Amino acid sequence: MIEIQNLTKHFGPIKAVNNINFTVEKGEILGFLGPNGAGKTTTMNMITGYLPSTSGTVKVAGYDIGEQPAEVKKRIGYLPEIPPVYTDMTVKEYLYFVSDLKKVPRSKRAGQISDIMEKIQIDHVKNRLVGNLSKGYRQRVGLAQALVGSPEVLILDEPTVGLDPNQIIEIRRLIKELGKEHTIIFSSHILQEVSAVCERVVIINKGEIVAIDTPDNLSRNLGNVSRFLMKVEGPQAEVTNALSEIKGILNIECDSNGEENVFKYTVDSEKDIDVRRPIFFKMAELGYPILELQYVGMDLEEIFRKLTAGEEGNTEVQDEEKALDGGAENDVEKNEGKSQEEQGEQENIQQDDKEKKSKLKKKNKKEKEVE
Amino acid sequence: MFAIYKKELKAYFYSPLAYVLIGIYMLIFSLFLRGVFTSGRPFMYGAYLYQYSFLLIFILPTLTMRVFAEEKKSGTDVLLMTSPVSVPGIVLGKYLASLTVFLLMTILTLIYPALIIIYGNLNIMPAISCYIGHILLGAFFVAFGIFTSSLTKSQVIAAVTGIGGLILIWFINQISFLFKGALLSFANWISFFFRFREFVQGLFSTRDLVFFLSLIGLFLLLTMIVIEKRRWSQG
Repeated sequence: MIEIQNLTKHFGPIKAVNNINFTVEKGEILGFLGPNGAGKTTTMNMITGYLPSTSGTVKVAGYDIGEQPAEVKKRIGYLPEIPPVYTDMTVKEYLYFVSDLKKVPRSKRAGQISDIMEKIQIDHVKNRLVGNLSKGYRQRVGLAQALVGSPEVLILDEPTVGLDPNQIIEIRRLIKELGKEHTIIFSSHILQEVSAVCERVVIINKGEIVAIDTPDNLSRNLGNVSRFLMKVEGPQAEVTNALSEIKGILNIECDSNGEENVFKYTVDSEKDIDVRRPIFFKMAELGYPILELQYVGMDLEEIFRKLTAGEEGNTEVQDEEKALDGGAENDVEKNEGKSQEEQGEQENIQQDDKEKKSKLKKKNKKEKEVE
Repeated sequence: MFAIYKKELKAYFYSPLAYVLIGIYMLIFSLFLRGVFTSGRPFMYGAYLYQYSFLLIFILPTLTMRVFAEEKKSGTDVLLMTSPVSVPGIVLGKYLASLTVFLLMTILTLIYPALIIIYGNLNIMPAISCYIGHILLGAFFVAFGIFTSSLTKSQVIAAVTGIGGLILIWFINQISFLFKGALLSFANWISFFFRFREFVQGLFSTRDLVFFLSLIGLFLLLTMIVIEKRRWSQG
């Protein structure tokens, strides 16, 4: 349904998307995963014809976006990161405008629009101004817009960003349901989301594809570590020692908690071995009460880090360190093009990461580069 | 294209912008017209319209400032660019919508010649020719305003550049006595008010008609190029 061949986009000296290839079959839901600034939006903009590519081709249903843009655009519904809604129109007016824009035959419009409004559950706000709707509803209106004209392909750019947890679940359910009738590409930087919805995942970093696989395979191959957060009351050194004796535990990091004599531990263990019971009994035996124990799993960042680490190998780490200075400059350049919000997000992530206090300095530097 | 035309026209009348501008235009137009009547001097409607066309330099770029700047700012240009409408279709649709508002403005001023015909004497032919010139001038200003709106995300900058640009071209004519030779003929060529004056005098020439139409075409083309160019260069 969608064929992408050697797709490349340069913004001046920056290679936003570098020579990527993948295909999406009819009726498939493909997740497009990557950290901020990885090139997800740029790729999607090229598929939808908003941006022309520097080189390479995108074909949708056999039509080349460069040669027959109108044919391709007819077949695609696009929800950009910021829903393209006019705040001075009512929901209904807006959807009628979009169907006019997409050349839906006049006789079909009313039926189609009421179907969509029902499906997306925006029926009860149809006479309200889009400008007065909440972020979640605007997102839904944006999604409704993408569905107008029943395009074969839906491209959704981070459809769940900025929504509350209930809305996120709702949108995921919707996407899954829509997947029965449409071919869908949707981007996200949350792995759980992708694995909940998608049949196949493309992971992209610095404009290049680092993995294409099913979510199951990805977590099986890459997420072979379980992570727990725990709080234990007791002397730090002894607790750490006791934990490290337990079979299956690979790594322990300790952090102060603020409370007296209570420490926070981040424990990584092998995935196949359940270490929760041994930990409990060991601590009970020593008389150090466990105040909290929580499974946190591996998030995209971890898997992603693993992925890049696995592919580049350790020998290159030193070279990368040397190249870091240059890389940092590059990042600054990239940031200039982005909105302040996005920059804020990136900073937050960096801060989060710092708090995590990674084991190795080398790895730490690498993360920054990744972001 | 027609979808965009309809949407743009509606947008003008959903917001107070069109009403306010039409109101201001009519108010100033009417007040000054009253002044002319009571001054006791011989009155030429064409000459009057000629003078007040200058007001369009301020009114029309304000009318068109939001056309592309707002789309760009709110991210709705993505919707237009990824829909099966071509760039010329988008530009033309928007141009025609703004032009319609301007024509509406002009039609409202027709009350006065109508009143003059009823209660007095109006030299009809020069008045018609003058209105044609007025409309061509306005149509060019709208195209110019849309062009400046496509250059930026900020409506204020779009309006200021539009007004500034038109004043600059107008100014070239005012200081044309400083120029000689080729520069002078260029200053005369570009001077839209100079050409408009010919319409006012009742001289309807195809040369001037072609001049205005090609200027309109030029700026609409430039707008299309700016939009296409932005697609290629944005990051």
